[in-house]
Amino acid sequence: MALRFMEGSEAIAEAAVLAGCKFYSAYPMAPSTGLLEQMSRKIPESGGVCINAETEMGGVNMALGAAATGFRAASGSTGQGVSLMQEAIGEAAMNETPLVIFNMARSQQDYFQATRGAGWGGGRPISVAPKDVAEAVELTQLIFHLTDKYRCAGILVGDNLLARTQVSVDLKPLDLPPLPPKDWAIDGSMNGTGKSRVLFSFGFGKHLTPGPGPTQHNINLAEKFALIERTEMRWEEEFTDDAEAVVVAFGTGGKFVEHVVREMREEGHKVGYFRPITLWPFAGDALNKATRRAKLVLVFEINSGQMIDDVRLHVDDHRSKVRAIGGVSFDESGLNLGPLMDAPVIRERIEQAMKTLQA
Amino acid sequence: MRSTSYGTVVIAAERCKGCELCIPACPIDILVMSKDFNEAGFHYPVLEPGCTGCTACQQVCPDYVFEVYKYDQPVKHELQAEGAA
Amino acid sequence: MNVRVPINVIQTAKPPQQASKKVASFKPDLLQTEDHHLCPGCGEPVAVRLILETLQEMNLVKENICVLGHGCYGTFMSTMDIDCTLCLHGRAPANSTGIKRMRPEKLVWTLQGDGDMVSEGLAEILHAAARGEDITCFMLNNGVFGDTGGQMTAASVVGQRTKTSIEGRNPDYHGYPVPLANLLSTMQGVGYVARGSVHNAASIAQTKKMVHRAFERQLQKRGLGLVEILTMCPTGWFVPTNTGPEYMLESLGKTYPLGELKDEGGGN
Repeated sequence: MALRFMEGSEAIAEAAVLAGCKFYSAYPMAPSTGLLEQMSRKIPESGGVCINAETEMGGVNMALGAAATGFRAASGSTGQGVSLMQEAIGEAAMNETPLVIFNMARSQQDYFQATRGAGWGGGRPISVAPKDVAEAVELTQLIFHLTDKYRCAGILVGDNLLARTQVSVDLKPLDLPPLPPKDWAIDGSMNGTGKSRVLFSFGFGKHLTPGPGPTQHNINLAEKFALIERTEMRWEEEFTDDAEAVVVAFGTGGKFVEHVVREMREEGHKVGYFRPITLWPFAGDALNKATRRAKLVLVFEINSGQMIDDVRLHVDDHRSKVRAIGGVSFDESGLNLGPLMDAPVIRERIEQAMKTLQA
Repeated sequence: MRSTSYGTVVIAAERCKGCELCIPACPIDILVMSKDFNEAGFHYPVLEPGCTGCTACQQVCPDYVFEVYKYDQPVKHELQAEGAA
Repeated sequence: MNVRVPINVIQTAKPPQQASKKVASFKPDLLQTEDHHLCPGCGEPVAVRLILETLQEMNLVKENICVLGHGCYGTFMSTMDIDCTLCLHGRAPANSTGIKRMRPEKLVWTLQGDGDMVSEGLAEILHAAARGEDITCFMLNNGVFGDTGGQMTAASVVGQRTKTSIEGRNPDYHGYPVPLANLLSTMQGVGYVARGSVHNAASIAQTKKMVHRAFERQLQKRGLGLVEILTMCPTGWFVPTNTGPEYMLESLGKTYPLGELKDEGGGN
């Protein structure tokens, strides 16, 4: 195992290169800027192209074009910048072009953005939220794989801690199954044969090779997303068998919660945690199973309540069990996660909530 | 009235949308809009003798109505006299 | 206008019996069908025909990829026998940047309208031009958003009546058109800018030469090429179809003179 010491932005860029990403185009925005800077060096070094785009819209549409030719392509930004890309993210789902988006968020307020559809249309991006840099290296490779496999959009939801924390990483390629060749990619090779290809979100196809048309195309897409929803959820849980309180958190929040819960377990408290790794598809059935015996389901997220909607959707008896123990929290600049993302603070909130069990 | 044609056209009358752009395009003025209508309800162009196969009509037509030919040998026509129409 | 009733009519339903040679086909080979739903008198199918003929004549059939924007011309995504994508409104220069950077050996061209390029997509075309992307962008300019019924675009000319400037474009209220071709011709990353038209056979022939030259410049890697083609839109202009060319010369033609504005080309 060869460890290299680097910040998260660099590790993610290295992972993208490992995944064969050949195109990155984005616009600077803290804290995703570091990723763009890293990509601007590493992608060309590995034979690809990185463009510092004129706007977020320019960047994501360049990536869509690159992806349309069959190469792995990505764009990235932060929260509001990703919201500028919504039309393109929706288009990737609807015209079936694999597209990876890196959201190095400022907080955890982009959960809705990552999971409630892609700005328009009937698709949803596959969203993954790594808890630390090591997992980010794996999930970066996974999201390129899944978006290729399903020809859809995918979002890696990170944050400033992930982007800027320096850790030792093992840049190991993930062992993933092979994928079929991209015979749908447009490269001119079928021109004039009567079998040329068109990528468009309405599914018209061509005069000689008609597509399914708008309605059937959307039905097909809905079936595809239903399949993803049934089969591609990923999560992590610990101590849920006998936990009285299960703490649910995602991303970096999940890592803090994992640490706190393990600490409390060692002292004999009956706590457990559940961490969705894919935000969409959300591992709802697994969450319900994991919280069946628990009396409390405590949702820790740095926002005023977004993932908690999904928790309530899936946990039986949610009205009596589910509580929010997170909240909004920024540093003074408003650009970074604030003091709520801290082990003693989180522990305090879990303990306060569990006190109500004794009452 | 020209009596010799050097070329001719095939006109896909059913495809015509009656825009009449071909009429002024013909440099020798031998395209005339028909009196009757095609299935879509449009007048369509009709050809008089004298065509040179210059392709001007084919070039301006938005609906790809014309196909143009040049004769190997000029074709002489038996013309009916123009009279009161 | 020819209104006489012809006495001597040549049969034109079938090819001639006499020995002859076909000198012009109904449609270019790269079009899968002649049928389209565009309005009578529309200039766009004429412009598209020129581009497809040129690709064929330059032996670029399998070497080209097209990115279409949103407009009436979008329908050609389904009838051109070319690998293509219809991308988001205005973004074709960005989309085709991604395509060209990944497939630099291909000829990449965009098909857009004035609404798509000058209104929605102004940032994308300017920045692709600044970056000097080796792509060829076609602007079919009829001064309206035709596909949505004929509203004013950033290219509509002063005095032009549109659905959203029904009294005529008034500079005090609506401002002035953006002279995109002129802007691009001042930029270093731009290798070729020309403005043609399809209002008569002569302008069509001139425009086809511009298309040819623009593609040559891309092959010569001279940077971005823009070919603006004025196209008739009698529906959007509220005029009879047979007066489209005349109206074009009086309206768009006065603001947008025809000719080549920039050519960094020739040689290698």
